[in-house]
Amino acid sequence: MNASMPAAAVQQQFDDAPQQKEAAMLGMWAFIATEVLFFGVLFAAYVICRWRFQLAFVEGSSHLDFPMGTAETAILLTSGCLSAIALRQIQLNKARQSAVLLLAASLLGVAFLVLHGMEYHDEFKEGLIPGIRYVEKGPSAHEMELFFALYYVTTGFHSLHVLIGVVLLLIMALRTWRGSFCAPYHTPIEITGLYWSLVDIVWIFVYPAFYLVGSAG
Amino acid sequence: MNATATTADLESMGSGYLVEGGRTLWSWLGTRDHKRIAILYTIAITAFFFMGGAAATLIRLTLIHPDGRLLSAETYNKTFTFHGVVMVWFFLIPSIPSTMGNFLVPIMIGARDMAFPRLNLFSWYLYMIGGLFTAATLVFGGVDTGWTFYTPFSTMFSNTNVILAVVGVFVVGFSTILTGMNLIVTTHMMRAPGMHWYRLPLFVWAMYATSVVMMLATPVLAMTLALIGLERLAGVGIFDPALGGDPILFQHFFWFYSHPAVYIMILPAMGVASELICNGVRRRIFGYKFMAWSMFGIAFIGFLVWGHHMFVAGQSMYAGIVFSMLSFVVAVPSAIKVFNWLATLYKGDIHFHAPMIYALGFVGLFTLGGMTGLFLAAVALDVNLTDTYFVVAHFHYIMVGGSVMAYLGGIHYWWPKATGRMYSENIARLAAILMFVGFNLTFFPQYILGYEGMPRRYHQYLPQFQELNVISSIGALILAVSYLMPLFYLGHSLFRGEPAGSNPWRATGLEWTIASPPPEHNFHETPVVTADPYDYRD
Repeated sequence: MNASMPAAAVQQQFDDAPQQKEAAMLGMWAFIATEVLFFGVLFAAYVICRWRFQLAFVEGSSHLDFPMGTAETAILLTSGCLSAIALRQIQLNKARQSAVLLLAASLLGVAFLVLHGMEYHDEFKEGLIPGIRYVEKGPSAHEMELFFALYYVTTGFHSLHVLIGVVLLLIMALRTWRGSFCAPYHTPIEITGLYWSLVDIVWIFVYPAFYLVGSAG
Repeated sequence: MNATATTADLESMGSGYLVEGGRTLWSWLGTRDHKRIAILYTIAITAFFFMGGAAATLIRLTLIHPDGRLLSAETYNKTFTFHGVVMVWFFLIPSIPSTMGNFLVPIMIGARDMAFPRLNLFSWYLYMIGGLFTAATLVFGGVDTGWTFYTPFSTMFSNTNVILAVVGVFVVGFSTILTGMNLIVTTHMMRAPGMHWYRLPLFVWAMYATSVVMMLATPVLAMTLALIGLERLAGVGIFDPALGGDPILFQHFFWFYSHPAVYIMILPAMGVASELICNGVRRRIFGYKFMAWSMFGIAFIGFLVWGHHMFVAGQSMYAGIVFSMLSFVVAVPSAIKVFNWLATLYKGDIHFHAPMIYALGFVGLFTLGGMTGLFLAAVALDVNLTDTYFVVAHFHYIMVGGSVMAYLGGIHYWWPKATGRMYSENIARLAAILMFVGFNLTFFPQYILGYEGMPRRYHQYLPQFQELNVISSIGALILAVSYLMPLFYLGHSLFRGEPAGSNPWRATGLEWTIASPPPEHNFHETPVVTADPYDYRD
């Protein structure tokens, strides 16, 4: 296992490469656990508010751009899939293919951010952003404000995570292209992939909670 | 004690990690060595401790007189807020894990460093950045919400620098999370051959249980504070009743973090006390496995009791009953620990050196704080005692009497290991005893005050409470002196202290098998562990 392993890649505090890899993996899993709790606050707040103001949440959701949200979902999940295949390719020692796949995954992340930005822009024009430009009138306008507040905070923090993921994937693509990784040593790609899956999974909960609820009415 | 110091030890003075990584300032600020990072933390935490302590002194001085003539009501609110924020997030939470945890966990398990040294340093910088934000609130005029940031006051009414304070705590929260993650991975992955789980010193178990709480509770606080900041900045109204939001929801989120946070403060103290007591009585710990698993019991149940902070906040009666019962349940593993410490001491030959005095003080004060916690967990009593000085006295017994005593006990115990020098034992004993006396004088009267109905967080009070308040303030003065004393005699020992030798306490544990101060990567060759912890044979 250590034969083709770059000597510098094992840091001094570790005995060998497998120990270093297991430590990195456990660290990322532990970090993911904290992220679940981090987003958990927002989902808990969502559940409580939705329970109280069911109709307002349905109405608020119907203001969101459903096709756009669906497209974003498809893009993000595809990106996650590509990063998983990239991991498989580097395990098979196909560094070039892996690098291209990582780059593609990263670009899809950028596409997600661009679409989401366009969505925000449209919502701004429609006056759906509480505290900044909110022109909604009517009986449930206040409760809908809560819906939109939760929507912006949740998708905002999620987009921040996408942005970080895009940067990480770009770095991984570059390093893979330069030949930093090989079949025996590719831990950074694997933990980046783990992180990227977390970003996917959060979105899998965001999408129905905010975009699909509108069709319940 | 210096008789055990050999010439090799003499030569090792001013050596080890203190010089091996370089002597420049940058060799410290850019270090990856867990021991140096622990020293950086210790310095920063000490500074914050005395800042928070200065605020406490102002509070006690104001309360000498019933009409609160020293500080205006507004300044008084800002003072206790600063005291709370600094003491909770910049002293108590990181105190033991980031200093002793950082220094000792890798050595105790036979590792060369933490699993993620760079992340470790990054955590310290996050701590400092968070600290800068918090210190900046002072420059811009302070915050008056109390450390709990309760809504809707913090979101709708307070005209102070809430956002600045919230950002500071948010940032330091990530320092806590990353430290916890580092400690967990280090304990799992870096143990030396033969160091299986039941051979770990209880301090390592304590750090592990603490780290789990750090990782699972702190993100909830981070997001909750982010929502407060966003509500002030952009009108995100999740806690705003005008929009149908719920201010009580804030309390749920806040205490979902802040109750477990109490266990972030006390579990490490329990770990330290276990080490100190076993050494002071030169015996194995009584009921090792119970001691280890009771800490996990506390950490786990600690996540299910947050509602006992909200008995009068309008939660349902049934929720109150359930939270009350679960809060009683926490007392079971806590009592197991106290009884096991006592059983360890039972008929033992106790050496009253300074660390042991601190440890015994810890057990006594923790017991009293824990017992009064049970009073507060009873719904009917709590309705009367909520927001009185009884609560203040209770949690100070846990946090100051418990955590700070254990922290200082640990500092004394491992001081010779970290610096290679002994401190003056007699002065240290005097300071420890003074601290115990001063502490009780400060906070015991507050139980009575609270029972008699004096509310907390008021800068004025009824004249009949003055006598006890004066006693409390005199106690605070003694306490302040006893906190300042270690600064001087420990500082003095850095330059004039006798060389400690590698094992001045004749203690067991891997940290005592290496030189004092330890070499840069701790072990010249990876140790092989063949014995259980606390293998005292005399």
